[in-house]
Amino acid sequence: MIFRIDRRTGVSVHVQLVQQVRQAIRMGRLTSGDQLPTAREVSESTGINPNTVLKAYRELETAGLVEARQGAGTFVRRGLAPPADDEALRRELADWVARAREAGLDLADMQALVADVTAGTAPTREEARRAD
Amino acid sequence: MPTDRTVPALDFAGVTHRFGRLTALDGCSFTVPIGAVTALIGRNGAGKSTLLRAASGLLRPEAGEVRVFGEAAGDGPLPRIGYVAQQAPLYPMLTVAQTLTLGGRLNPRWDTAYARKLADDAALPGAARVGALAPGLRTRLALVMALAKRPDLLLLDEPLAPLDPVARTEVAGALMADVAERGTTVVLSSQVVADVDGVCDHVTVLAEGRVRLAGEVEAVLADHLVAVGAGSGLGALDGMEIIEVRTAGRDATALIRTTGPTPAGNLAWHRPSLEELLLGYLRAAGPAPRRKVPAA
Repeated sequence: MIFRIDRRTGVSVHVQLVQQVRQAIRMGRLTSGDQLPTAREVSESTGINPNTVLKAYRELETAGLVEARQGAGTFVRRGLAPPADDEALRRELADWVARAREAGLDLADMQALVADVTAGTAPTREEARRAD
Repeated sequence: MPTDRTVPALDFAGVTHRFGRLTALDGCSFTVPIGAVTALIGRNGAGKSTLLRAASGLLRPEAGEVRVFGEAAGDGPLPRIGYVAQQAPLYPMLTVAQTLTLGGRLNPRWDTAYARKLADDAALPGAARVGALAPGLRTRLALVMALAKRPDLLLLDEPLAPLDPVARTEVAGALMADVAERGTTVVLSSQVVADVDGVCDHVTVLAEGRVRLAGEVEAVLADHLVAVGAGSGLGALDGMEIIEVRTAGRDATALIRTTGPTPAGNLAWHRPSLEELLLGYLRAAGPAPRRKVPAA
């Protein structure tokens, strides 16, 4: 597993680590029982703080994708199935895109709208606190 | 040396220093916890280098106190500190090999094998005179000297600035591997805000010699929000701690320090990225947050 850090994307580094492990599991490059590189190895090859790597691994563990074995390292637990409502969401989105096209929106317009709505529905501080 | 982890690695209390009429540090107070990697962020002349010199003990501030692992900064804690100043002061007439030998003689905790490995990784030519090295290689030699001393605290003044992109990743990798292995405390100054994310877990922002922001990265992010919307809607921010406001035409964006609920209105709110937060603080005029949106 080789991590690639892109500092121009605006995506925080620990999120990039989480996404790349998820993607590797989804694409089958990482399978059950595979060991993730140690925090020290990732730190040495990417120049990232080991605490950032451990934070990403903890998130993956909370999501049930990997498990930390005492003194042995962090291992992939199970294959990552696509989210259950993937197909339903895709159908709804296709309907929405068709309506947006009729309304005269192009791809860039739609992306801007999605980004705007997503930002507007980002969890407020209160919601975030309750989730914790 | 056994280390009491409840004592901070660095403790600045009301540190003030002037160079002639120029106030370089103005009542700086903040702490650096043991094992943290702290970014010291500020524009040119903000006081970053002066602060690092005060921590190393090379500069005695006019007022205030600097404590290193609980001990007054100076000769006492010096053996535990690796300090790389911006100009990477080394003896230009010595060769690389002689410089490393000298390091071994002068430092009781010197790790010869580690020094050799780091020098090889950096492809430092042993027979070359230090004065003839390219600036990037000089910096790498200075970093080898600091790391091979096996310090508990590394103070690095813009360590990556003179390096090419490949060397940057190599040096950052060597530093972070040292953090992973030994739990070394690192304080590094930087002007490259984008480089801080994922590298530093604490951050201190300096402006005009004063500490504008200091704390753990996750905590400071949680203390701020960005408002985006029409400039006419910014009145809703009055009374909040406004770090920075930018307007362009009818659009406006503001960085706010708040732990309370967001005010009702037509503004969209999001949590800043670390880069967004730091740039906001660097662009902000004046030493303290405002309470009122300035008239456009």
